[in-house]
Amino acid sequence: MTKVILQLEALTCPSCLQKIETGLAHQEGILKSKVLFNSSKVKAEIDPDKISAKAVAQIVSKLGYEVESVKVKES
Amino acid sequence: MNVQKWVQKHNQHITYLTGALIVLGFLSKGLFHWELGYTATFIAATLVGFLPVLIHAWQALSVKVISIELLVSIAVIGALFIGEYNESAIVVFLFLFGSYLEQKTLQKTRNSIKTLTEMAPTKAWVYQENGQVQETDSDEVNAGDELLVKTGAQVPVDGVITSGHGYLNEASVTGESRVVDKSVGATVFAGTLLDNGTLRIKATRVGEDTTFGKIIELIEEAQDTKSHAEKFIDHFARYYTPAVLLLGIIVWGITQDIRLAITILVLGCPGALVIGAPVSNVAGIGNGAKRGVLIKGGEIMNTFSKVDTLVFDKTGTLTKGQTELVEMKAMPGQQRGLAYTAAIEKESDHPLGRAILAYAEAHAIEYSHLKVTQTKVVKGKGIRAVVENQTVLVGNRNLLTEAGVRLNQEQERKLTEMEEKGISTVLVAVDQQLALMLGIADTPRDGVKAALAALKAMGIKRMVMLTGDNVRTAQAISQQLGIDEVHAELLPEDKVGYVEKLKKAGHTVAFIGDGVNDSPSLASAHIGIAMGSGTDVAVETSDIVLMKSRFTELVHAYGLTKKTVKNMKENIVIAIATVAFLLIGLIFGYIYMASGMFVHEVSILVVILNGMRLLSYHTKHAA
Repeated sequence: MTKVILQLEALTCPSCLQKIETGLAHQEGILKSKVLFNSSKVKAEIDPDKISAKAVAQIVSKLGYEVESVKVKES
Repeated sequence: MNVQKWVQKHNQHITYLTGALIVLGFLSKGLFHWELGYTATFIAATLVGFLPVLIHAWQALSVKVISIELLVSIAVIGALFIGEYNESAIVVFLFLFGSYLEQKTLQKTRNSIKTLTEMAPTKAWVYQENGQVQETDSDEVNAGDELLVKTGAQVPVDGVITSGHGYLNEASVTGESRVVDKSVGATVFAGTLLDNGTLRIKATRVGEDTTFGKIIELIEEAQDTKSHAEKFIDHFARYYTPAVLLLGIIVWGITQDIRLAITILVLGCPGALVIGAPVSNVAGIGNGAKRGVLIKGGEIMNTFSKVDTLVFDKTGTLTKGQTELVEMKAMPGQQRGLAYTAAIEKESDHPLGRAILAYAEAHAIEYSHLKVTQTKVVKGKGIRAVVENQTVLVGNRNLLTEAGVRLNQEQERKLTEMEEKGISTVLVAVDQQLALMLGIADTPRDGVKAALAALKAMGIKRMVMLTGDNVRTAQAISQQLGIDEVHAELLPEDKVGYVEKLKKAGHTVAFIGDGVNDSPSLASAHIGIAMGSGTDVAVETSDIVLMKSRFTELVHAYGLTKKTVKNMKENIVIAIATVAFLLIGLIFGYIYMASGMFVHEVSILVVILNGMRLLSYHTKHAA
């Protein structure tokens, strides 16, 4: 399992949360994901065999949110 | 895709352009009476401003989320269809401009936390195998790496000094802005500043595992940890938006009135309701973080604001925990008792023991040659050991009584006298004879009395002090501080028992301790507050951490949570009142699309501005 932390541009509408959360929820390989509204971060646990951190970032940017940085922590 | 990125980047310009076109439109009609120009500019304004809204609506829809943008999009299309070009233009403009203002004001409320997270170290200098140092991103340092820290630099990881020595400013971790002298073997913390000196350190913990990293993560999580009320609103909002869409469709189906249907869509945006409570929360937590009070989330805000009973641990919480031997009475011919006591206490880490050792060191009493055997700690009472073939008891009155050592009248009188002064007493018996009476004082923290009085004025009904110390000492201290209820001579498990009892009696209880040996009580109370100068345990087990271990912070925390909860309620009332106002306006025909959107955006800004008031909250009491 790998932990991915995405720093997004500042999130301003609570409905963005819902958008990102639903967008990530049904992706294969994403085990758990959480969007922090105020710090504008996405924290996800992924199965690195099924999805890469980069792909997670791409999903989020496709939803319309700029990803400023991607941190990956193996565990 | 590129269009999307471009639109996002130029969102602000698009907003201005939309606004400018609207002004132009009004000018062409008002000044030049040019109907065609008026219509054309309004259509242009609608189309320009509509683009970003439509993109957002589509993105959400692609993951099956019915967003506010979708409601607005449908409303705008409807308005264009029935030829209400000015309404549609004004609606998109207000929507965009409102979002822009929201973004700006939200940034302000988040600032205090952001400045904190930006204090995180970014660069590290790592020793390579060839002995050279290389600049590395601090995220890429591994535990076990050796690092160089130079004067003026930030320590990038938690670690141990392997060579060199220096003066560190640990304010970011302990809250105390005092310079600490550290040398080989000492632990250094990420985020602290090396004021002077050069250090080589070995990384033990890196990134988010460091104490500083944990504090940051805790605050970041705290801002988004919602209270039950917020969760309810979120849940509600999730169904609310689709419900509004459905309502719009039904109204259109029944009345065939497009204008009414799209007005409902615009009015139904759940703006202020969803943003109101989180804004209060983030502003409240941000205010606390700036002043050394870490509050772990919305529900804790809520619970702490309702607390009516405070339970304090004495040593290290109400008092400084820096004990000092202030009185010693040796029985005739028993002077060697102190050396014996020091020899026994050498192995203990008890605060009273530390005071005795410090005294022995200061008076050059030789004790290292003494042989101590059969050391046995009697929990809550003291220590029994054999020194140089003599049985020695060091502890409280109970320990001596149980061993059959009696005090004479004169000794009893002296003991009572010491206890009544609020001094902790340690009795030493050698071979069943009282040898020494030691008085050890632990001064109360600064400003405790005033702080407790302030808390009482703010609504705390009951204050309880729990201590392992003897009754008279405990009472003397509590009288000095103005605490009404004292339970003394307790073991750690008794403390938890008291907390449980108070909870059962229907009180909302906060326990305030130093987080080291009272974590069970911290966990058991409704709210656990740690006076933790940056200790991990304190940060992890408690609900609220007072970084500088000051009682003024406790007063601030209590006042702040009350204020924040009140602010949150105000915001919810404002939001609901807005919806009610719009609804009534709609029924009586005073509200249309553009005016509805205007009221909406204003209400959102009002709740954000109301939340921002929390940023500057401070109690009169706090220094």
